[in-house]
Amino acid sequence: MTAASIAEPGGESILDTPPPTNSRPRGPFGRLWQQVKQAQGFSKWLLWVGAAITAVFIVLAVFAPLIAPYGFDQYMSHGVRFAKQGSPNGTHWFGTNVRSVDVLSVVIYGSRTAIEVVVLAVVFSLFIGVPLGLISGYYGGWLDRILVLIMDALFAFPYLLLAIIIAFLLQNSVGSGVLTAAIAITVIYVPQYFRVVRGQVLSAREEPYVEAARALGARPRTIMGRYLFFNVIQSVPVIATLNAADAILTLAGLGFLGFGIQPTQAAEWGYELQRGVADMGAGLWWTSVFPGLAIVSLVTGLTLVGEGLNDVLNPVLRKRSGRRVVLPRRDAAATTLPTRQGDNRGRGEELA
Amino acid sequence: MAAPVISVRDLRVWYGTERGPVRAVDGVSFDVRAGETLGLVGESGCGKSTLGRGILGLLPTGSAVDGSVRFRDRELVGVKQSDMRETRGAELGLIFQEPMTRLDPLMRISEHFAETLRAHEPELSSAEIDARSIDTLRRMGIPPTRFRHYPHEFSGGMRQRIMIALALVLNPAFVVADEPTTALDVLVEAQILSILADLKRNFDTSLLLITHNLGIVAEACERVAVMYAGRIVEEGDARQVFSDPSHPYTRELLRSTISLSTTALHYIPGSPPDLVDPPSGCHFHPRCPSAMQVCSRLDPVEVRAASGQRVSCWLHGPDELIPPGGTAPLQRQELASADEA
Amino acid sequence: MASSGGSLRRYALTRLALVIPMVLILLTVVFLLMRVAPGDPIQAALGGKLSPAQLEEKRRAAGFTKPLIVQYVDYLKQVFSLNLGTAITDNQPITTVLKVNGAATLELSVAASIIALVIGVPIGLRAGRLRDSAFDAGGRLFGIITYAAPVFFVGLLFQLVFSKWLNWLPNSGMLSPIDQAELPTHTHLSVVDAIWDHNMSAFIDSLKHLAMPSFTLGLLLCGVVIRLIRTNLIQTLKGDYVEAARARGVPEHKVVMRHAFRNALVPVVTVMGLQAALLLSGAVLTEETFNWPGIGNQLVTYLNNRDYTAVQGIITIFALAVVFISLLIDFVNAAIDPRVRY
Repeated sequence: MTAASIAEPGGESILDTPPPTNSRPRGPFGRLWQQVKQAQGFSKWLLWVGAAITAVFIVLAVFAPLIAPYGFDQYMSHGVRFAKQGSPNGTHWFGTNVRSVDVLSVVIYGSRTAIEVVVLAVVFSLFIGVPLGLISGYYGGWLDRILVLIMDALFAFPYLLLAIIIAFLLQNSVGSGVLTAAIAITVIYVPQYFRVVRGQVLSAREEPYVEAARALGARPRTIMGRYLFFNVIQSVPVIATLNAADAILTLAGLGFLGFGIQPTQAAEWGYELQRGVADMGAGLWWTSVFPGLAIVSLVTGLTLVGEGLNDVLNPVLRKRSGRRVVLPRRDAAATTLPTRQGDNRGRGEELA
Repeated sequence: MAAPVISVRDLRVWYGTERGPVRAVDGVSFDVRAGETLGLVGESGCGKSTLGRGILGLLPTGSAVDGSVRFRDRELVGVKQSDMRETRGAELGLIFQEPMTRLDPLMRISEHFAETLRAHEPELSSAEIDARSIDTLRRMGIPPTRFRHYPHEFSGGMRQRIMIALALVLNPAFVVADEPTTALDVLVEAQILSILADLKRNFDTSLLLITHNLGIVAEACERVAVMYAGRIVEEGDARQVFSDPSHPYTRELLRSTISLSTTALHYIPGSPPDLVDPPSGCHFHPRCPSAMQVCSRLDPVEVRAASGQRVSCWLHGPDELIPPGGTAPLQRQELASADEA
Repeated sequence: MASSGGSLRRYALTRLALVIPMVLILLTVVFLLMRVAPGDPIQAALGGKLSPAQLEEKRRAAGFTKPLIVQYVDYLKQVFSLNLGTAITDNQPITTVLKVNGAATLELSVAASIIALVIGVPIGLRAGRLRDSAFDAGGRLFGIITYAAPVFFVGLLFQLVFSKWLNWLPNSGMLSPIDQAELPTHTHLSVVDAIWDHNMSAFIDSLKHLAMPSFTLGLLLCGVVIRLIRTNLIQTLKGDYVEAARARGVPEHKVVMRHAFRNALVPVVTVMGLQAALLLSGAVLTEETFNWPGIGNQLVTYLNNRDYTAVQGIITIFALAVVFISLLIDFVNAAIDPRVRY
């Protein structure tokens, strides 16, 4: 296998070529930032448009109570109940849904839920997946083999089913809130971090500076923590961003199937779409189209950032340097052998 | 003397990078006659591979070419890609450095031949294709039984012989061999060289043999062109050039070769220049032991040396173009700093 | 040197032997997932409907009273004897669910894959060839957006436009009730059954029902196809053998299709195999959106009824499907790439 070493549902083959590991940048993400700043053309566009979209949703999430006109489960105001499935109008820009809740507020609060779940899930999977990958890749042996088998099995399994089962099983003990959803999603993404980090460790382990450290008698913990970690961590931003995008879709999928966050706990886009199926049959489009567009936008934003980063960091995909060259004109030089005239470009003039 | 099969005049090939255009080939002229082998030598990165590919029009997008490449009275520079494609393979061949990766791993050897022959002679029948391919392979020492095997079933030396057979099956008049033996071991190298030597005898093919190995040139080439930093600095009869080099670079290069009589290793101080921003004047002047004042200021002019070869070096004049005081030795600290870098 | 036919058979046998540990691991994961769950499956499914004595009887019959390790061995024995258990709630053998609902899922998945390839391959090829052009940028954006749009949202939009507003296509289901009643089931694949029966109206009806679900799922996969082909084609186009083919004067379209594309297919097929997880996950959501009587739809029903036995059986089916697909992919790769066979 040459190309496409990892393939998470959201990503293309990234990081076939691990970033060069010979220079220690300032801080673990110093080089990343350097390369982001150098991004050009379409990659640059991808990065900045994606970042802008994502930033909008983060603002919505953080300031939801200030921005949203009503609460996420508020169906009346000043003692007056909102219309049930009311179409978009001046007071309810996005209309109201079957529970008489303002759709705009649900959409805004939904971004808060989505970002909470995704941040939790990404942090959890990083904290589990990266150390496991480091240890497995560094030590090898039977531990590595068993971990690889389990992770491969989890990786190959239809991820949504896995999440459903976990959410379903946790419903009884943990309840069906943000935490359950985050844990269910974590289980899906741990194998991905594990695979990528392990792969990177395997190649970095043979690098001269790691061998030198080992030869000098550095303890495994020092080697992993100081030498391998900072090199391996370079690849994490791309996967984390693409996984975050994927996690939003998984969360919505869970909600759509009825195994996600319940509407009493928080506003969740996928759940709104599930409720919108019946409305759609009756032609009431606004109850599902707005939450749906919110999902599409946020996922697109995050994917653009991930793809942009991938372009910038992956040397194979980076735009070739093939700038168009325009040859400078030269003086009409006689080009006959064997007595070619002096090559009078530039400094030749001084002579005459 | 026979008319040249290929004649290159003042060819420039520049390609773009982040830092600016790389002047890989910067005003090169030479001729190759029918059945003749011209060796092209120089350090890695001096533009010799770009020159070989430039003749065949195989250059990365964004690169710019001007000057003239005439193949049998046909101009090849500026020709449409589709016309160039018809010329490539049929009349101009290319043999590569790394035989291991040049054959499509998913295609049988027979399919490589069929594809090549069909691209140029679509009216051939399968039987004719097989007959011609097997015949060419046999001349390269590949038995017909291996005809339908996959590339991974062959060793490096065999793959290179297959690549040569692929280049020759259409009987091109001119072949560029780009370091054809660099990736192979010494015994295989000798084998490949003898095959190439047979070329002109059996196929009457002209050959541009690109190499950094002077021994190969001495063995296989009638004439030699020495390239430095995108320019040909000296060109002439191979024996003449080797016994009496006119350009200081050629001299240094010859001194650097290792032979049985070598007692101390010689190397040329400094490193090959950056082709984005080459040194002024003669590109070799920062490393040249005989550099003069004029060398750093003016591009050298090509002259015919007394011994017959073409050379671009102010040491050989023309004296009337050298400004007053130009022949004084160049200040040595420049060389020292170049050495440190 | 061995003939390629013989080595292909040898390869198949070694590859099959490697499947066994994979199956065991997956089955163990399924078993552990289902058994470490807190709560009592029988209580969860039937609690309140039966007397405590009857519940106890059911528990014993299902083997839940045995030690965990014995249950595990029983489970493995069951699976290897192709018995996936019987649903607690409706007493259906899971193998029947596999036959009936599995066929519907298969029909949907195959149709979606065909659509994804028909749309995705040409776009990916062109985008990879015309790298950094406007077409490439457009193709990439299309890929990103089809990936970013949840299948159920795309499905809902299709329903709104083609069913509600234009009234061209049926909203949901696999066949109209009338055809459902008339068409005899040979294979449970409605399209195949209709052809088998020479029933033109049922054939058109089944295609109409299939159109929206398969397009919805196909669009999701097509994004993956585009990006995979594009990325790998960009890499193979830089290949040494591609330059060598150009140097021999092979026409550019042949250089791209025969050399670059075919070599790009090896990693593409491999990664597409891993995307089986995406396909099956997407199928569950598509089935739910269009009320398509597939196995995912059935799974959601059993989950809502808290029927652990049925859920375990269906999850086992999915696990086996994953193994089967990865095996299939390896054979396809072996057929494309002679090096794999040695």
